[in-house]
Amino acid sequence: MLTIARNELYRLFLSPLAWLILALGQVILAYLFLTHIDRFMQLQASISAIPGAPGVTELIIAPLFSNVATILLLLSPAITMRLIAEERRNDSLPLLMSAPVSVMDIVLGKYLGTLIFMIIFLIMASLMPLSLSLGGDLDYWLIASCLLGLLLLVASFCAIGLFFSSLTKQPTIAAISTFSILFLLWIIDWSAGTTTTGTSFNMLGWLSLLSHFEPLLQGNVNTSDITYYLILIVAFLSFTVRRLNSQRLN
Amino acid sequence: MSESPLLTASSLSRYYGPQLAVNNVDFTVHKGEVLGFLGPNGAGKSTSMKMLSGNLAPNHGQITINGYDLLSESQKAKAHIGYLPEQPPLYKELSVSEFLSFCAQLNKIPSSKRRAAIQTVIERCGLTEVTNRLIGHLSKGFQQRVGIAQAIIHTPAVVILDEPTSGLDPIQIREIRQLIRDIATEHSVILSTHILPEVQMLCDRVQIINHGKIVFSDTTAKLSQKMESSSLLITLNAAPMLEELMQVDGILAIDELSKNRFRIKFQPDKNPSQALLEKAISQQWQLMELTSEHHSLEDVFMNIIQQETALSERET
Repeated sequence: MLTIARNELYRLFLSPLAWLILALGQVILAYLFLTHIDRFMQLQASISAIPGAPGVTELIIAPLFSNVATILLLLSPAITMRLIAEERRNDSLPLLMSAPVSVMDIVLGKYLGTLIFMIIFLIMASLMPLSLSLGGDLDYWLIASCLLGLLLLVASFCAIGLFFSSLTKQPTIAAISTFSILFLLWIIDWSAGTTTTGTSFNMLGWLSLLSHFEPLLQGNVNTSDITYYLILIVAFLSFTVRRLNSQRLN
Repeated sequence: MSESPLLTASSLSRYYGPQLAVNNVDFTVHKGEVLGFLGPNGAGKSTSMKMLSGNLAPNHGQITINGYDLLSESQKAKAHIGYLPEQPPLYKELSVSEFLSFCAQLNKIPSSKRRAAIQTVIERCGLTEVTNRLIGHLSKGFQQRVGIAQAIIHTPAVVILDEPTSGLDPIQIREIRQLIRDIATEHSVILSTHILPEVQMLCDRVQIINHGKIVFSDTTAKLSQKMESSSLLITLNAAPMLEELMQVDGILAIDELSKNRFRIKFQPDKNPSQALLEKAISQQWQLMELTSEHHSLEDVFMNIIQQETALSERET
């Protein structure tokens, strides 16, 4: 499993795609980071007098991490699309299938390899906000909560992307369907927000990726949110295993 | 053969939707044996190979490799096979040594033996001069060798090669055949192909498949016997009457190909060449040509297949 993960990560960095995504992600985040700082500078004078006002972490870092989530929503299908679809197109899948490894190992290996790449992206994305610690005090618990949220979010992106990649031979189709599903899950609570009143449980809102991410951005770590992501990840990984297994039968 | 066979497959069947691609096919491969698997395109060769390598599950039947069942103990069974599909499964962005190192790890070769295993396989497959080049930049012949290297790196008991020479130029084909012969000294090989001479050159035993069914299964020697001819071609400038020719001992029938060219069919145990020669000289028939006609493997192949088709037509 680790062999496959390592190979996956290594091959990812052999292609220009990984470098491009890391570089472009940094450029966009740098721009957004500066905008947030700018806005904070304007606000600073007016809020400094109020006791208990939101600080640097709430006003710069949390919104920035929310932007990271949006960027990953756009970029992760590009990374996950090739995972299995490309192997299938290059006829290299038999190499893995006839090796003495289980389908589970193949799926987990590929998943892990991609996840490590995403973690590298997250580490690079969090370097900029962390540089603020040079100039002031940061709320490290809030940052940790945001990063946990991002990690869970991106882990579920990868799981969904991996599943869609296992469905088709064309990486593009995998990318488009992954993106559509992710986007749908992202916005699905918009309609829920307008129709429900009060705190009653609503299905669409519960399904939304975003509604489970926002509490984490505010520093609320709920087991229900974490469980949501874990269920999503496990479900899509087992779908992928099933899909590859059934491919041998049909 | 007193030993139990390395690979046995019994009554394999495989449907694609309603279509029966492979129908009740049996395989046995013993240690050190090269089994040729012969058939026209679309006969079910690749499907069978995929089933034997665990890439495709059969609808019926059982496959046992070195005592392990391919379905219930698939990992142990797969450790004993090396598989080269029709399209060699390669990561084109890796260099040859990187790729082989990945394959070695994938096949769980312990790290202490990995270097040696990679080195051996590079030498055996003649990849020494391209070790550090990217696979995507290599010629088809070299890519095929990398594919073979990948299949034998963990010294499996059985190597399954699916049309290993398709799409190569004649020189490359010769080299790959040499390589296969070399591999066959240490591993059992199942070789699928639609090229008949290849089977004759490389294999100990042949199975011919057509429309998903085995139509011939015997040693290569038996197949060659089938090819032995029982006819002569003769050209006589001053040809006698047919009746006169018929009098030579052993001749069964004569086809008149042209005015002075004949095909002579004879009893297999009574070759009339010598008698014909003597008579031609004594009677001054002006002998120009006397050759024994060989059935090509293609003829035999077509014969077997046609017989089979005729049989099944009669049944229906």
